[in-house]
Amino acid sequence: MKIHEYQAKELFGEYGIPVQAQETATEPQAARQAAERFGGEVVIKAQVLVGGRGKAGGVKLAASGEEAERKAGEILALQIKDLPVERVLIAPAAEIQQEYYLGLILDRGSKTIVLMISAEGGVDIEELAATSPEKIRQLPIKPVDGVEVGALRKLLAEIFPSPQLQKQAEETVEKLYRLFIENDCSLVEINPYAKVDGEQLLALDAKINFDDNALYKHPELERFKNPEEYSADEIEARRHGLSFVSLDGDIGCIVNGAGLAMATLDIVKLYGGNPANFLDVGGSSSPEKVLNALRIILGNPKVKAILINIFGGITRCDDIANGILMAMDQIEIKVPMVIRLIGTNDVEGRKLLTERGFQVAEQLSDAVAQVVRQVEGGAAQ
Amino acid sequence: MSILIDSNTNVIVQGITGRDGSFHARTMLADGTNVVAGVTPGKGGSDLDGVPVYNSVAEAQGAHRVDATVIFVPAKFASQAIREAADAGVTLIACITEGVPVLEMLENYYYVREKGARLIGPNCPGLISPGKCKIGIMPLRIHEPGKIGVISRSGTLTYEVVYNLTTSGLGQSTCVGIGGDPIIGTGFIELLEMFEHDPDTEGVVLIGEIGGEDEEAAAEHIRARMSKPVVAFISGRSAPPGKRMGHAGAIISGGRGTAEAKVRAFNEAGVAVAQKPDEIPGLMKERL
Repeated sequence: MKIHEYQAKELFGEYGIPVQAQETATEPQAARQAAERFGGEVVIKAQVLVGGRGKAGGVKLAASGEEAERKAGEILALQIKDLPVERVLIAPAAEIQQEYYLGLILDRGSKTIVLMISAEGGVDIEELAATSPEKIRQLPIKPVDGVEVGALRKLLAEIFPSPQLQKQAEETVEKLYRLFIENDCSLVEINPYAKVDGEQLLALDAKINFDDNALYKHPELERFKNPEEYSADEIEARRHGLSFVSLDGDIGCIVNGAGLAMATLDIVKLYGGNPANFLDVGGSSSPEKVLNALRIILGNPKVKAILINIFGGITRCDDIANGILMAMDQIEIKVPMVIRLIGTNDVEGRKLLTERGFQVAEQLSDAVAQVVRQVEGGAAQ
Repeated sequence: MSILIDSNTNVIVQGITGRDGSFHARTMLADGTNVVAGVTPGKGGSDLDGVPVYNSVAEAQGAHRVDATVIFVPAKFASQAIREAADAGVTLIACITEGVPVLEMLENYYYVREKGARLIGPNCPGLISPGKCKIGIMPLRIHEPGKIGVISRSGTLTYEVVYNLTTSGLGQSTCVGIGGDPIIGTGFIELLEMFEHDPDTEGVVLIGEIGGEDEEAAAEHIRARMSKPVVAFISGRSAPPGKRMGHAGAIISGGRGTAEAKVRAFNEAGVAVAQKPDEIPGLMKERL
């Protein structure tokens, strides 16, 4: 789960990580009022769940309430990487003396949580990572051991010039790590971690991603859930236990297993077709899941044909076949459907479908070629 | 021969009385696996088709020689089940369960290793040495005993590849589904090493996918240390970019982890990369 900057800063605040006072607004008028309450210059920042908003014009300064209203209006009219900006954050503009970078991420390679820290934070951090990776220092942390204070102090002494800043950074790292562990995060990032007037370090931005598998342990994080993280059909799919990503093609795909689903989309493309979606019905399939999957796919008016590719393991082909038959009885399916069933209980599954007049393929390449032909044939008519 | 499991491997099933556990315990039995016991807390004393059920792994371990366990319990209880098996001294633990919180897995990883056990998975189909032993959820009838080792991050995609190998006359020594989660018990490199040293494995098929850098590391290992031919397949070549984890993700991977990067790494290591699963048997035959 991803959350907005203002939400991440709320959580930072609860952990005692230094953040600025902030307000949010969904209307330019409200931004003006917030700016007037702060007085002086303010920064207005788009709240969207993607990076790169600064470069997209989603962060602006305003010297007065009137200017804040105008600039908030501009930002609220933006679409950043296809996401409409629905909310802005307003905070006092900080006099930044230096921008540092601080991040914690789960590193699958080293099987540790890695602390990343750099004296050159800011919007160009990714470029820095590519051109001068040595400028981003790393400290691996094993959860059983926690943060090793000695190694952390040594690292901070190399990055921060004064003992006062080092001490602040040490406290922030410890709090950030506690936040990471206690909330089952997969990423926590402060960029910039800024030095402002009076030898003070502040989290001027905040990013947190949570492990979806662990959300059940954290009912208190419900309050941060953003419906806009997923499209309407993605939300509908999740509600039914399906993994779904919408794409821009016209062949609706239902597959079991993420790897096979991705490979199926790859092969559709290889044969000149264009998938409309990624949909993994998952393991332990029930007939209802297939019915729901078909419903979601048919809700997309662009879909001209459907490819169902099931290689049964924990998923049983008879469950899938029953789901398809249930869907035939309950919803009108006007587009051609190409079905490939193989694996656990495939004989039973194929029998159920052929009895109802379906042709069921065994070879994946054949099924893909057939569905691509169906779409091309439809276009030719 | 084979790696990790063979016809002498005694297996227990944790979660044997559940819907998936009981179904797949039966398919494992049907495949000739020595399923010696099952474990479900509170169901001790019952049985599944004559397989005795115990309340704990330790109880099962007391009554039988246990070489391996396969875990089908719900995600909430998976870490507990993994640790229970490691505590009882079971040396091979395959965790089929998906949805285990990743920070739990990070701790489980080190815990299991300290106990001297090997974990396969989680979120994996398990492993099989065809004709000898099956520990997992792979469908019946698609495997055939033979000389090809298979290692895969995916479940169902592995079946697809195995099916193509078998129908092309290439049987398998052992197939291992390592799991698709960020933190897994056993990775490509350890298994490549085992296959390299297994006298009955003549070639290895490696099935990877986008994300992470395990395939790149495997490619480097193959270049430096493998004499047997390896054929690879990468799924997700057509996946749209942009589903990445913020700046920190880009930093840690340094621009690696894409399908192109993985294909390039394999090509540079002399590994043939198939564009679709049904090309794999042909590429393998050319290299055997």
